Amino acid sequence: MSALGAVFRRDLRLAWAGGGGAAMPLAFLAGATTLLPFALGSERDVLEPLGAPLVWITLALAVLTSLERLFRADVEDGTLDQLLMAPVPLEAIAAAKGAALWVANGLPLAAAGGLLALMLQVPPAAAVLVGLSLAIGAMAFIGFGLVGAAVAAGVSRGGLLVALIVLPFYAPPVIFGAATAQAMAMGEPFVGPLALLAGISLGAAALGPIAAAAALRVQAD
Amino acid sequence: MKIAQFSNPARFMALSDWLMPTFAVCGAVLFAIGIPWALFVSPADWQQGDSARIMYIHVPSAWWGMGLYAFMAVASFVSFVWRHALADVAARAAAPVGAALTGLCLVTGAIWGYPTWGTWWAWDARLTSVLVLFLIYLGYMAVWAAVEDQTRAARLAAILCMVGAINLPIIRMSVYWWDTLHQPSSVIRAEGPAIHYTMLYPLLTMALAFLFAAGALVMSGMRAEIYRRRSVSAALRQAAA
Repeated sequence: MSALGAVFRRDLRLAWAGGGGAAMPLAFLAGATTLLPFALGSERDVLEPLGAPLVWITLALAVLTSLERLFRADVEDGTLDQLLMAPVPLEAIAAAKGAALWVANGLPLAAAGGLLALMLQVPPAAAVLVGLSLAIGAMAFIGFGLVGAAVAAGVSRGGLLVALIVLPFYAPPVIFGAATAQAMAMGEPFVGPLALLAGISLGAAALGPIAAAAALRVQAD
Repeated sequence: MKIAQFSNPARFMALSDWLMPTFAVCGAVLFAIGIPWALFVSPADWQQGDSARIMYIHVPSAWWGMGLYAFMAVASFVSFVWRHALADVAARAAAPVGAALTGLCLVTGAIWGYPTWGTWWAWDARLTSVLVLFLIYLGYMAVWAAVEDQTRAARLAAILCMVGAINLPIIRMSVYWWDTLHQPSSVIRAEGPAIHYTMLYPLLTMALAFLFAAGALVMSGMRAEIYRRRSVSAALRQAAA
């Protein structure tokens, strides 16, 4: 248990200490979302129904930018070999790293996403709900992302490969997440798609670390 | 025991030496029967006219585009669990054939859609799930291309293929849900058992022709890969000597 806690704390510290690793996806999210009103027009009746789904897409892309570094550094500097000798299974370590990424990157991105939804004319009370749906969705993006990050960990400049692997798997969470967020923004009932989104997120969070650990064992061979 | 026999590359080479040309000939004969049957003999659709004849290309390519992915998922499982060298060769060789069939399905669907639906593309459940399948094929092939160490690439691609297999039914269900959530679908047509036998038999002939052709292509791809590996190891032996 303490080994998992150590992995979790180490990844949190690496994300936020020095270099601003976790701040960069936030800046990406803000920059990408800012472009949207330029393309769509800034009228309130255009943005109000689209704002929440659009933030969902930019958040999915922002999570993608944080994945390349996730296992790559551990493979390069030998940390992975140390982790393999830890007294806990690699699956649990992958899950701890995913959880740390969710806390360090996913939650701030979701909070910023709620704020950006507000700027895209989503009503304030709904923007808080949209932020919560983004926090749940980030779990799915990170769960699927763990697999792509682990498969591409041995490839230098694997960022594009991670994106190619992971993007098709983002279809289910984006479908239900955007449906949930749009219903929230329009004041419609949203419990149905929210329940399906939560189910996908929990499934990805449970199965992602298993597949990621299998891929990491290959990287360490 | 059976799988273990087939996993022997030398045995596969002996088997495919005659099986691959047999499949190719069967496919060619079935195409020679099926294409005239489908294009000229079978009746035109009473609503869509001759444009419905593209079904005889579209439906088989959709079936085997998905069928080859299922084949790859099984081969990946065998490769991952028992480390059979031939299984990952099979999965790798099937990927471009499956991707090409999936792409053919998308293109013929668009060509069919324009005169009948009035649009090249609609974001309906079936179209979108096939497009996602096509993207998963691309990701799978990208792993093989990007990872230099081939044994490592085989295992990583196998993991990805199996994860994709778990995700495919989820995608189908979710996109179906998404469609019905927002708008009643206006474009999905009921196909399959409702079809008349004068159209069903040429369709099944074409499906068999596609299956034999795909089998011949996958086998030739596997043979090429085995020859490549042999020549690499022969070159290594020569360099060592």
